[in-house]
Amino acid sequence: MSNAFKTFTNGLLKENPTFVLVLGMCPTLATTTSAINGMSMGLATMFVLVCSNVVISMLKNLIPDKVRIPAFIVVIASFVTLVQLAMQAYVPAIYDVLGLFIPLIVVNCIVLGRAEAFAAKNNVGLSALDGLGMGLGFTMALTLLGAIREFLGAGSIFGFQIYPENYVNLIFVLAPGAFIALAYLLAIMNKLQKK
Amino acid sequence: MAKLESSFKNMVISLVSIAVVAAAALAGVYTLTKDKIDQQKAEKVNKAILEVLPNQGAGAIIAPADTIDAAKDLIVYRAYSDSTFAPETYIGAAVKISANGFGGKFKIMVGFDANDLIVNYTVLEHQETPGLGDKMGKWFKTEKGNQDIRGRKAGALQVSKDMGGDVDAITAATWSSRYFLGAVNEAYAAIANEKVEVVTSASKQQAAPAVEPEEPKEETNQDVEPVKEMEEDHE
Repeated sequence: MSNAFKTFTNGLLKENPTFVLVLGMCPTLATTTSAINGMSMGLATMFVLVCSNVVISMLKNLIPDKVRIPAFIVVIASFVTLVQLAMQAYVPAIYDVLGLFIPLIVVNCIVLGRAEAFAAKNNVGLSALDGLGMGLGFTMALTLLGAIREFLGAGSIFGFQIYPENYVNLIFVLAPGAFIALAYLLAIMNKLQKK
Repeated sequence: MAKLESSFKNMVISLVSIAVVAAAALAGVYTLTKDKIDQQKAEKVNKAILEVLPNQGAGAIIAPADTIDAAKDLIVYRAYSDSTFAPETYIGAAVKISANGFGGKFKIMVGFDANDLIVNYTVLEHQETPGLGDKMGKWFKTEKGNQDIRGRKAGALQVSKDMGGDVDAITAATWSSRYFLGAVNEAYAAIANEKVEVVTSASKQQAAPAVEPEEPKEETNQDVEPVKEMEEDHE
């Protein structure tokens, strides 16, 4: 039980994929232009992460070591396409916002990294928990970064205007703002972890 | 169960079977969702057509789609008040057009009334900068300053920063605004009765004083060639 709990909370803070492992920077920087975009991207990644972790840990003894990477990628890519088709068919509104970024999940190194480092060595239950924990940690980080950028760049959070109507601070909505905001967040996280 | 050894046979069998299972699963999901996805897309277009027509398309019968330019995805949906499609029952038209924006292709639906004035518009797809250019969905139908294009005549709409323009551009997204108005002007040209000189952001770049002297030369060459051909025909 304590082992399961430890696995789950690992991804949230101690080994947070964004702030500690610094993995998956591409979607982190690209999709966090607003809080809602960051959160949806995080949730979609979490779904793929849990599914691929479960399947890979089930198949781990059937996959010879030398071909494990292509085998993992095929499994991950299948789940991503599945998510994309399902979103397009049943929640077109969310697909309109996120459609572009969904295929990016395939090359998200968190997904492959967890398959390789965790799911390939542990049982199904623990792998699912690990996927869930890592996914939640990623979602949290993306939502936080998205909220900060949205607030600094457009003066709103989750679309609710906080600053006056025409407040625009270009740099935080565009790519450089992502780097700046992420750097400060990483610094703060490091400071907190050291204590 | 022990882990499979990395022999050639095992590797081929395991990779091929994983790929086959994945392909089968995807094919299954694709067939299941295909109809639904097509339906969603068609619904979105139909909703957009009604949204931009006069009176939200109440009582309108839409004539079969008229594709003007497939490359630009320029499609005209004309609306009539009865199914004879007689010219005197013409209510207006919804024009779908896609054009290059600041961040990639965007697709809009623009509605015109019987007098070819803009009724409404809606953005179907876009990749403009979030928080800036993506405001185009609301900006040009908000009554404020000179930014509302509803009720105006298209064809020469330009942002007020440009010479001869009188539409207020989106704050910090002038280029998105230029591309948007250019697309609206092109949409208008597709339904206008007389030939219109369309002002697009692209045509403006050409109209600017030519830096490279080669451009006019090419044009004159092209002008000359057809004349030659005609002379040959006469002989």
